[in-house]
Amino acid sequence: MEYLGGSVLRIDAKGIHYKELNEKINEVVLSGAKDIVLDNINGQRYIGDNLSGSDVKITINGVPGNDLAAFMDGPTIVVNANAQDALCNTMNSGKVVIHGSVGDIAGYAMRGGKLFIKNNVGYRSGIHMKSYKDLFPVIIVGGTTGDFFGEYMAGGMGIVLGLNSDLKKSVVGNYIGTGMHGGVIYLRGNVEDYQLGKEIKKFDLDDNDRAALKKHLSEFAADLNLDLKDIYNDKFVKLIPYTHRPYGKLYAY
Amino acid sequence: MVKRTAPTEFIVERDEDKCIQCQVCCRMCSNDAHVFEEDLNEVITEHKKCVGCHFCETLCPTGALEVKRSTSETRANANWTKKALTDITKQAETGGILLTGMGCDRPYPIYWDHMLINASQVTNPSIDPLREPMELKTYIGKKPDRIEIVTHLENGKIDPSKVELKTKLSTMLKIETPIMFSAMSYGSISYNACTSLARAAQQSGTLYNTGEGGLHKDLYKYAGNTIVQVASGRFGVHKQYLEAGVAIEIKIGQGAKPGIGGHLPGEKVSEDVSQTRMIPVGSDAISPAPHHDIYSIEDLRQLIYALKEATRYKKPIGVKISAVHNVAPIASGVVRAGADYVVIDGLRGGTGAAPTVIRDNVGIPIELALAVVDARLREEGVRNHASIIAAGGFRNSGDVLKAIALGADAVYIGTSALIAMGCHVCQKCYTGKCNWGIATQDPYLTKRLNPEIGAQRLSNLIRAWSREIKEMLGGMGINSIDSLRGNREQLRAIGLSDTDMKLLGLKPAGEAW
Repeated sequence: MEYLGGSVLRIDAKGIHYKELNEKINEVVLSGAKDIVLDNINGQRYIGDNLSGSDVKITINGVPGNDLAAFMDGPTIVVNANAQDALCNTMNSGKVVIHGSVGDIAGYAMRGGKLFIKNNVGYRSGIHMKSYKDLFPVIIVGGTTGDFFGEYMAGGMGIVLGLNSDLKKSVVGNYIGTGMHGGVIYLRGNVEDYQLGKEIKKFDLDDNDRAALKKHLSEFAADLNLDLKDIYNDKFVKLIPYTHRPYGKLYAY
Repeated sequence: MVKRTAPTEFIVERDEDKCIQCQVCCRMCSNDAHVFEEDLNEVITEHKKCVGCHFCETLCPTGALEVKRSTSETRANANWTKKALTDITKQAETGGILLTGMGCDRPYPIYWDHMLINASQVTNPSIDPLREPMELKTYIGKKPDRIEIVTHLENGKIDPSKVELKTKLSTMLKIETPIMFSAMSYGSISYNACTSLARAAQQSGTLYNTGEGGLHKDLYKYAGNTIVQVASGRFGVHKQYLEAGVAIEIKIGQGAKPGIGGHLPGEKVSEDVSQTRMIPVGSDAISPAPHHDIYSIEDLRQLIYALKEATRYKKPIGVKISAVHNVAPIASGVVRAGADYVVIDGLRGGTGAAPTVIRDNVGIPIELALAVVDARLREEGVRNHASIIAAGGFRNSGDVLKAIALGADAVYIGTSALIAMGCHVCQKCYTGKCNWGIATQDPYLTKRLNPEIGAQRLSNLIRAWSREIKEMLGGMGINSIDSLRGNREQLRAIGLSDTDMKLLGLKPAGEAW
């Protein structure tokens, strides 16, 4: 591990165990480093775990391991490759930008911040997302998602674009928004009713929806160097729950 | 509107000679069982509405009230009991799942009542705890496989002032007595109940547990006596919360409802509960049974280490599971996944709300689960890697002592703690109308529990049980709780089958060493 001058702090992570690496990241952040580049990352877990500081930026070269940005509160992490499972687990605030695809359960119980993924995500992404006061989590997937996207979702926003898809098939898998009781999902193209959890309903977008899409997609495009033109005017569907009390009438007295 | 025809469960007898028509009962009953009839100019009781919580009886200034079980009987029938009929009636009317609170009330064997404790006679003198030191101090967490000590020689002799511990110890929790308050969330219980538990834990040198309800901002000052819980819904889990407590507990299961998640209905999510759980006011807080990020022991390890990394390895991470048929191998996996302690919650463990059919039929008693887990971890040589905390219906210090002899490092008490605060186990926690101000968020009801008095009563309970444990230990000729831990020779079984005794690792009463 060595530091190579300048205001950017570079850490060569080749062959270093996650415990040592994260200790070092924690140390340099505490001592005031704001711009950190991790080179030769190869599966190290828990990078950015419970890290705070909204002015801290970490750039990752290589594929980070599971639980990247878990419990994170503030920093920005950019991954110039794919990422693995459990990305942004219970993240409170900050931003994670992935220039590739990610594995399963991305954004589990995210409460705030942004997760931008250029390509595809696996199963159960955006599940248990919740918003609270100023905290409002947003996940944008440039490609497609697996099943159970937005399961148990209680707040926040999920957007799936299918940029790598011809939209003849839906951009998501099945059981979308199962148990969802808050928040909103926007899907480009269409989705069949059978793909949806039974607690949610499909709607057309209104002007407010288009404005929200425009705002978030502009940021997404800028962060990932994409030219999305006016994609927010394409055909989208909006998914929201029928009720925020999906299980209210289940019980006897 | 559904007609409620389920039979009356309780009769509140009013001694008309004593009743002064003061209407305290009318003002106090949250179930509206007592009403003042203007026309008659007297208080009447709608027995059907009584849940048997005894609040009116306790508060009646003239002692005019007595709550009794209804004597209205159906024809005696071992199969079609009054309860069976009542339950079917309720479900026929509503088509709903039956809900209940507290732990399993079915007459399954209570194995504690089939275990007898040893005492010394002649050959191994007993110890008088009033006059001799007696150690109940307990350390929860991973213990090293061996201890290495570095000594320095001074003139050929070991210099006692320079003995150093070379082995690096894991962080452990130190509690003054092996009794802790089990997880009860803010939301399921009131702010005053949470405060009582936190204060009592501090006064008694033990720990309480937030449950999956977040940590109220006022209670951060008790952080040194707090275990914070992380469950599938992650309610109120954020940086300050994770860093606040002395340990973090991952909740996988609960004895009252193995395989079932938690669900705090929106009407209980008040402004304050909303802040603590970090969800909007009035929205449901759903904690599904499965953690969808945990499908294997490896995945559990991932969350354990995510939490260890989050707290820079400074805090023990525990895992709570329900006592189910396969509990021993599961606990072994949990320990191997890196948990510093494992909580086993038995069949009789309490809850704020659970489907009755689950509470009464799913899981196994803590006695058997604890015995098999302890034995399994010993067989596999990993018993020291994690502490075992037993939970699920501990009624007295005798139960606690027996649990420790069966292998527990400490116990969690929930229901006993609630009873100390006033609870009469009416099992209606799920209605949110607790007259005792415990399992409710209604400000009119919650103010009935004074946290100072609640804390005092809880501390009294802990002190009383701790004293009794010392008395029993002294009787056995043991002066430290550590010498009792897993010491099954100090127990004998009475009235149990050979199979039960084999599982519990106990000899029958009457058999010598």
